[in-house]
Amino acid sequence: MTVLLPRRGLAQILALIVILAVDRVVSPQFFDLRLQDGRLFGSLIDVLNRGSPVALLSLGMVLVIATRGIDLSVGAIMAISGAIAASLADSHGLPIVLAAALGAGLICGLWNGFLVAVLGMQPIVATLILMVAGRGIAQLITEGRIVTFSSPDLVWLGNGAILGLPVPVAITLGMLALSCAVVRGSALGLLIEATGGNARASELAGVGTRAMILAVYVWCGVCAALAGVIAAADIMGADANNAGLWLELDAILAVVIGGSSLFGGRFSLVLAVLGALIIQTMNTGILLSGYPPEFNLLVKAGVVLAVLLLQSPKFSGLAGMAMRLRRTKA
Amino acid sequence: MTLKALFAASATAALLLALPANAAELTIGFSQIGSESGWRAAETSVSKQEAAKRKVNLKIADAQQKQENQIKAIRSFVAQNVDAIFLAPVVSTGWDSVLKEAKEAKIPVVLLDRDIDPSGKELYLTAVTSDSVHEGEVAGDWLVKTVGDKACNIVELQGTVGASVATNRKKGFDAAIAKHANLKVVRSQTGDFTRAKGKEVMESFIKAEGGGKSICAVYAHNDDMMVGAIQAMKEAGLKPGKDILTVSIDAVPDIFKAMAAGEANATVELTPNMAGPALDAIAAFKEKGTIPPKWIQTESKLYTAADDPQKIYDSKKGLGY
Repeated sequence: MTVLLPRRGLAQILALIVILAVDRVVSPQFFDLRLQDGRLFGSLIDVLNRGSPVALLSLGMVLVIATRGIDLSVGAIMAISGAIAASLADSHGLPIVLAAALGAGLICGLWNGFLVAVLGMQPIVATLILMVAGRGIAQLITEGRIVTFSSPDLVWLGNGAILGLPVPVAITLGMLALSCAVVRGSALGLLIEATGGNARASELAGVGTRAMILAVYVWCGVCAALAGVIAAADIMGADANNAGLWLELDAILAVVIGGSSLFGGRFSLVLAVLGALIIQTMNTGILLSGYPPEFNLLVKAGVVLAVLLLQSPKFSGLAGMAMRLRRTKA
Repeated sequence: MTLKALFAASATAALLLALPANAAELTIGFSQIGSESGWRAAETSVSKQEAAKRKVNLKIADAQQKQENQIKAIRSFVAQNVDAIFLAPVVSTGWDSVLKEAKEAKIPVVLLDRDIDPSGKELYLTAVTSDSVHEGEVAGDWLVKTVGDKACNIVELQGTVGASVATNRKKGFDAAIAKHANLKVVRSQTGDFTRAKGKEVMESFIKAEGGGKSICAVYAHNDDMMVGAIQAMKEAGLKPGKDILTVSIDAVPDIFKAMAAGEANATVELTPNMAGPALDAIAAFKEKGTIPPKWIQTESKLYTAADDPQKIYDSKKGLGY
């Protein structure tokens, strides 16, 4: 792992440094940090804090993609778990609220996994079902309104601090450590990669590919549910219409920026989270820049293209050739 | 059964059928879009209240955000021969043929909240809508009056880029502050009409403007973004409503909660009561034949902390926002 990182993550780390430098240019106070009510305060902390939901989503998504799958329903699962958490928050204790919200994510994941692993549906179609229906379920729970709550325990999950670090950031780091330990500390990661690389061959070699696929969708559902709870805790309310809207695309993008292949068989948890950070560093930079909002999406698309070109072996080959050509001419 | 008995039975039946028509003078069909937002839910409940107040029998058909359902509902209202039809159109085009059917049946149609394609102007009696440019103006005028001659840097949370409501609310606000050089919008960014984005964007505004010390006021195109922005200000150690003035639009219950806590200053109401003026117009049209103007503009009322926000919150929170 530690040996792998510098070699494979070079493009991502480089991209992050470049974007951070650009952020520093558009906003001179970008790296300023101070303590506000026992919590670190500054643009860098905003990047980590606002990036947490997508980072959590990408932790689940990267394993799904490693099995050659995809999960479009994570945004809708966020809306469901947020709605459940917000409706229960003022009448129940935090353990029950969390258990119910994460349990819902687990059931959603089981449903997706069942459709893909047992019924053999195409992942993109199977999860599209829950992507559409899930938001409807969340709207049913909230009755179409924004359900607000004041339970200090749940609010702490969104706005509290652990050793100065916002709780969402701490949770994301914890989940990253947990998944690295479980997936890379055992043969699990290898089995997942084998499933994604060639499911039939792996099956014949004795890998329980069905169980693997089911497990990654369940894990993805739980990660999404956790992201949903954090998003609801952050605004002290559940907004079923908007919570997690289009975030499935950001999560997929984070995984791709992290260098994992959409064809499965190759993944990195750390780099997927780094991908989420790259996206958020760019988003925060755009907000700080003061450009008219009409440019937001254009800038975003341009940066994503640049980051992906950086990673493309063919492109770096082309660039190298151009350089050599120039040198020979001169 | 003898002929006499049959007559008696049908007479009784006719009497029974006539009874509800006597109790409620008018029967009106209302094709509502569906439950797309809290405001929409509030509009439905207020419409019911207003109809009950006037003893009108209001039949509401929920279209679940689909135009074909609305067309079906209008056809069924025409078949039932209602006295009038209210329509909250989900889209602006494609109404010509169904509205012609209503016109041929001599049933007046009133549009609520949204207008339709200009080619169909003669197909409806009147449209009851709010003027979102005016809403922005009311918000801007309040700020101009409140700030006075002091220099004031404003940050603006825009609605979704390209949404006509967002464009209009920006236009109205800009027009209101244009004549006052001391008021200046220093930053403007979209918060997509949501709490989460409103909070995120406000966080970045605060950092970009030296910890928020140079910000004098926040203008948000809707209350939800303002609720998010208020949280961002509080987390940055600022006092919204005191250090930074707030003005937003919609008048949803939660902004009154913030106002009661002294954390918000003003909101401009997008009234959920579109049915009230429409019912009055229909009543006048039916009784005296008064033709209403083609456009009935609803009031864009300004609410501040002086209007007993707690009481308004209590009265609004049950409406389904």
